[in-house]
Amino acid sequence: MAENKNQELIQVLTEKFGDKITGVQEPYGLLTFETTKDVISDVLKFLKEGKATNFNFLTDITAVHYPGKKHGIAVVYHLHSMVNRVRVRVKVFIDEQHPSIPTATTLWNGANWMERETYDFFGVKFEGHPDLRRILNMDDLGVHPMLKQYPLEDPNRVDKKDEYFGR
Amino acid sequence: MNNQPVYTDNDPQSELVTLNLGPTHPATHGVFQNVLQLDGERIVSGVSTIGYIHRAFEKIAEHRPFYQITPLTDRLNYCSSPINNMGWHMTVEKLLNIEMPKRVDYLRVIIMELSRISDHIICNTIIAQDTGATTTFLYLFQFREHIYEIYEEICGARLTTNIGRIGGFERDFNDIAFAKINKFLKEFPVALKEFENLLNRNRIFIDRTAGVAKVTAETALSYSWTGPLLRATGVDYDVRVSEPYSSYQDFDFEVPVGTSGDIYDRYLVRNEEMWQSVRLIEQAMQKLKNEPAGIFHADVPDFYLPAKEEVYNNMEALIYHFKIVMGEIDAPKAEVYHAVEGGNGELGFYLINDGGRTPYRLHFRRPSFINYQMFAKMSEGMLLSDAIINMSSMNIIAGELDA
Repeated sequence: MAENKNQELIQVLTEKFGDKITGVQEPYGLLTFETTKDVISDVLKFLKEGKATNFNFLTDITAVHYPGKKHGIAVVYHLHSMVNRVRVRVKVFIDEQHPSIPTATTLWNGANWMERETYDFFGVKFEGHPDLRRILNMDDLGVHPMLKQYPLEDPNRVDKKDEYFGR
Repeated sequence: MNNQPVYTDNDPQSELVTLNLGPTHPATHGVFQNVLQLDGERIVSGVSTIGYIHRAFEKIAEHRPFYQITPLTDRLNYCSSPINNMGWHMTVEKLLNIEMPKRVDYLRVIIMELSRISDHIICNTIIAQDTGATTTFLYLFQFREHIYEIYEEICGARLTTNIGRIGGFERDFNDIAFAKINKFLKEFPVALKEFENLLNRNRIFIDRTAGVAKVTAETALSYSWTGPLLRATGVDYDVRVSEPYSSYQDFDFEVPVGTSGDIYDRYLVRNEEMWQSVRLIEQAMQKLKNEPAGIFHADVPDFYLPAKEEVYNNMEALIYHFKIVMGEIDAPKAEVYHAVEGGNGELGFYLINDGGRTPYRLHFRRPSFINYQMFAKMSEGMLLSDAIINMSSMNIIAGELDA
């Protein structure tokens, strides 16, 4: 059931956006694809307002940091179509040094705090966001703490090396 | 800095008053700060400042093996910790493709529905408390105590439960636990009925709540509301129904919805959900009778922590214990999103695993955080005392708000 919907959905999306839709996967039945910064607003708008897609609900926005890559920060959107009972995950990889991406607050009011949280922890600048301030951390923290270069504990500790954690 | 009112009036003749409601105001039941501009008793504008109990759980989780993350989830919505625990276990089980025996699923349904009841007891009695009805608050809170005694019987803890394991429960429910659940099922409906009798048609209560803080379904969806708040506006979205987990598809229950999205509807929705939870627990107790006794975890020695007495006396258990604790388990490199219906709405876990011992990234979709962002906007034009009960009816739990 869900697989059929996923196939249809990816067909509709590739028709509309062509090669801007890449990296299509279905981990655990949840359709996941990547797109680029310049079309993300259109993709989200299409997913939200298209008749066939109807993703009316924004579940979550967050980010993931992959240090060392050219586009080292992935902004991840989880959308949900309550009518069709299907979810989709959209990823946009952006530049680690100057991370910025258009805001989704124009489509969903709920994106406001989700984007503020992502900015707070990853430093992603959401262009056009009405009130992009830190939200959970203090204003003068100075760093974006979820980036991988900031260790959780004293980096000089010898018992907390990554190799002891299986990586 | 953050704590400036949006609307400032430099007119010396101005009658507007700035009020710092919180961070620790006795009327707000938790650490919330709202800087309000008041015109008399009416709120002109407000700014919410959050993060006072931010504990960096997502960062900590990147440095903890899976089984050590369960205690972190306790501290999200600490009014219904078992739902968070189960949600986390199920996320990892989904990642590892572990199939659960039916009996474990039903035991989980019992414990999750008990915690849903305790969550809704807190919210609804506090709405009553804030509208001036102290009796109902003290009266129904006894039953939260009884629920905590059931938790205690199952896992030894009351508030931050750390209940269950990845792959099942740490031990079977004992006879005392079942006896307590049966006693609860007998006594709670009586008390809930009396609670409803005291409030549902109470003139003062209706005057304070009906028509206050109305929200339309469109606005609620746009603000990504979930849970009882969304259902009070008339949208019948419930994760238990739309994406059944833990065998919820085997059960017969209803999803109550409201019509106007005001505080009174939220109260009614939560009350009806408590009735439905009682129904679910009764059905689960019946279903348990048809399941083989004594099964409380899946047969997955690679992932399920063995019992301590086994570890000390049994070579195989010792090996598995060592393997799991030292991080030798092979988890697939994958990403998974799993959502459960928490007390306040869709509680989601977004887990990215890179094959290591700890998550590469773990993100909690916390319903309180997402629901709360509308609070300041909703309060504009509202009476201060209405804004207080509005906050109570949203059931914002500071632990889940800040994570």
